[in-house]
Amino acid sequence: MKKIKNREDLERVRKRIVKKSDPNKPCITISSGTCCRAYGCQKVTKAFITEIEKQEIRDKVEVKTTGCLGFCERGPIVVIYPKGIYYQRVTIEDVSEIVTETILNGKIIDRLLYIDPVSGKKFVNGEEISFYKKQMRVLLKNNWLIDPNKIEDYIINGGYTALSNALFKMTPEQIIDTIKRSGLRGRGGAGFPTGVKWENCRRANGDLKFIVCNADEGDPGAYMDRCILEGNPHSIIEGMIIGAYAIGSHEGYIYVRHEYPLAVKNLKIALNQAREYGLLGNNILNSGFDFDIKISIGGGVFVCGESTALIASIEGKIGEPRAKYIHTVEKGLWNKPTNLNNVETWANIPIIINKGSKWFSAIGTEKSKGTKIFSLVGKINNSGLVEVPMGITLKEIVYEIGGGVLNGKKFKAIQTGGPSGGCIPEKLLDLPVDFEKLKETGSMMGSGGMIVIDEETCVVDLAKYFLNFILDESCGKCIPCREGTGRLSEIVERITSGKAKIEDLKLLEELSHVVKDFSLCGLGQTAPNPVLSTINYFRDEWETHIKNKTCPALVCKELIQYYVDNGKCNGCGVCKNLCPQKAILGELKNPHSIVQDRCISCGICHENCKDNAIILSSPRGKN
Amino acid sequence: MGIVTLKVNGIEARVDESWTLLEALRFLGVEIPTLCHHDGLTPYGVCRLCMVEIEEKSGTKLVTSCLYPVKEGIVVKTHTDRVVKGRRMLVELMLARCPNSKTLQDLASKMGIENIRFKMKNEDCILCGLCVRLCKEQMMSGAIGFIGRGEKREVVTPFRTKSEICRNCGACMYVCPVVELPCRGYNPQGELCNSCLRVVPECADEYGQIMCYLESCGSCVKKGEMNELVKT
Repeated sequence: MKKIKNREDLERVRKRIVKKSDPNKPCITISSGTCCRAYGCQKVTKAFITEIEKQEIRDKVEVKTTGCLGFCERGPIVVIYPKGIYYQRVTIEDVSEIVTETILNGKIIDRLLYIDPVSGKKFVNGEEISFYKKQMRVLLKNNWLIDPNKIEDYIINGGYTALSNALFKMTPEQIIDTIKRSGLRGRGGAGFPTGVKWENCRRANGDLKFIVCNADEGDPGAYMDRCILEGNPHSIIEGMIIGAYAIGSHEGYIYVRHEYPLAVKNLKIALNQAREYGLLGNNILNSGFDFDIKISIGGGVFVCGESTALIASIEGKIGEPRAKYIHTVEKGLWNKPTNLNNVETWANIPIIINKGSKWFSAIGTEKSKGTKIFSLVGKINNSGLVEVPMGITLKEIVYEIGGGVLNGKKFKAIQTGGPSGGCIPEKLLDLPVDFEKLKETGSMMGSGGMIVIDEETCVVDLAKYFLNFILDESCGKCIPCREGTGRLSEIVERITSGKAKIEDLKLLEELSHVVKDFSLCGLGQTAPNPVLSTINYFRDEWETHIKNKTCPALVCKELIQYYVDNGKCNGCGVCKNLCPQKAILGELKNPHSIVQDRCISCGICHENCKDNAIILSSPRGKN
Repeated sequence: MGIVTLKVNGIEARVDESWTLLEALRFLGVEIPTLCHHDGLTPYGVCRLCMVEIEEKSGTKLVTSCLYPVKEGIVVKTHTDRVVKGRRMLVELMLARCPNSKTLQDLASKMGIENIRFKMKNEDCILCGLCVRLCKEQMMSGAIGFIGRGEKREVVTPFRTKSEICRNCGACMYVCPVVELPCRGYNPQGELCNSCLRVVPECADEYGQIMCYLESCGSCVKKGEMNELVKT
């Protein structure tokens, strides 16, 4: 590929690509993010290619693999352009039918369409589905249109125009001013104003400066950064080049976790293509500005998402945080001024440069601007990635986009911010989502994980899960985090096994506050949040665990008991055969019984009983 | 060399601008407990005992004084309720991990910790990292280091074998804050000792005569005063 020599050349290349492509040519796009690959989308893609070759229509149809479309619940998703027909849960068996019916005959296959679980309506066009309709897809929009391995797809959709505008029409100060006025705040969780950070880094002393993209996304149940990395890597690269130009840096790093192999692969391809086109490297677009990006792959440590630990990890040291009294913008990577931003923050930059700070700051609330991607998971009908404007209420996210709680169960709480966040109960569902409002509730925005929990989830068990996650991922450097979270987990373990006294709850709260106040880095400082917020909103549930030794949600294994309802049991013997402990006795066609001493409360019998004859009770000791 | 003015517990003081807050506080004679700090080593900030409260416009915040560079006009409070409570909890946590350390037992008595609410473990090391830093920075050796993460963290030689660069200088042992054995108190080893708090020494007619293991804790004088109060 010939290098793009200058600004005019970029527009010529864009026109050439536009001329080559025909917008009316049928195009089959198959979502190929990591989740869809788990559903087998690669086989579907292969099947499409073989089918098209078999039918000899290779010239008439284009097949394209894109990144994640967000509706992970329904993958693999196939969208057929130009009409935009949206097929979900496509398997290899459906492929030949789609090609003959939809592509050749123009008919729509009814059974592959999405049916709204609430209204029962069928949707042909994906954009009209309630899951997408309420969203404001700014960052994720291009995921529908772009093959992440083709830079041409990015250029045709307006890619790198922001870069050429920034390099030739704006001074670094103007760029920083635009970002400042847009009100963009760091999307990694802390919400520090991005423009201010850039300005501090530009002003910091030092001829050598670095910029870093934090792609070490580790919160359980959160994957919005992965989606951008896999589906639209050029948007991050473009953002980073603009940032580097504004700050005066010539070297950048993308720190990706090694659990994201597809993201690393797509990033590498994207970087090479950008270099071939002359958009990265020496003398970018003949502007005289040099910048290149290296990929640094993490070793799988959660705390390396913390900026100072991440920097230590890039330097080849142990990934441990340090105190941030001297900021990384002054002394960061190799003690040089370093500007570190999250994936989503970088992806926002080209959009702000293109559309202007006014457009961006018109979206959102007073202090939180723009859109935010959340990964909506847990006990919800439509799980997936949702991009919403700041200030949308939690209720809209859960009920209008998410389609309500799974299986018609009762909503209990929503956990935001991953292991550092907290639970927000039903009474606060009208809360507008922004950095400050979430913090007021004792939770946080975090990187954007949202886990919906229903009445069958025990908040004590949930707090225990997150606490054990932190305990496992604590680097162990400072005492409150290492010893404190260990002891917190010990106390919670006592509570879930019915051995706790009421003083333990007091101790739990006291210790939580000390861990929060005295820990070295953000990991420890936020570690007790799941405990504190659930105690705050669900104190009676914690107290019931301690006082009555019961788990109201029937989850904590050591506080529940399974027994057989003799009236319902028909003696089919299914449970008896499945029990791993051989704890179920009984003759065929006669009611069975459970030997409590052997039972480990695994619940297999309960799940598999067709007559619902296995009953759960709490506390133990009944029947 | 510039001088900055700060306010410590309500008193204005002028200190060298290149100092850390801990250096300034110790220079001013304020007692701040530390376990991971040593004047000859780079500050590490892991024992968290040196944390103090700093007043800002938006409220107060806790800072690690051994790492915090002094700044003009900061208002420092070293013994607020929040700080003292936290320090006590930290000592309790450390003591529950290493009950056989005299340093920790003394600290506990000094802070008036009278019971440990956690299950006692029997470790020797609080992972303050003094030995690791001393070996690397002053002995120029680097024969020991940390391995493992979180609860599995420990100080070892590479591959747990005898290190080729270790000169058996013993500096690591010298600098270790918890290696000393406790004095024999009332309670068996592995529990909270508190003997200094309980004993009423005969020497306690005058404050200057106290020869107990604690530096100027004054607990015996306090007890003497209490006895007199009871009599009257």
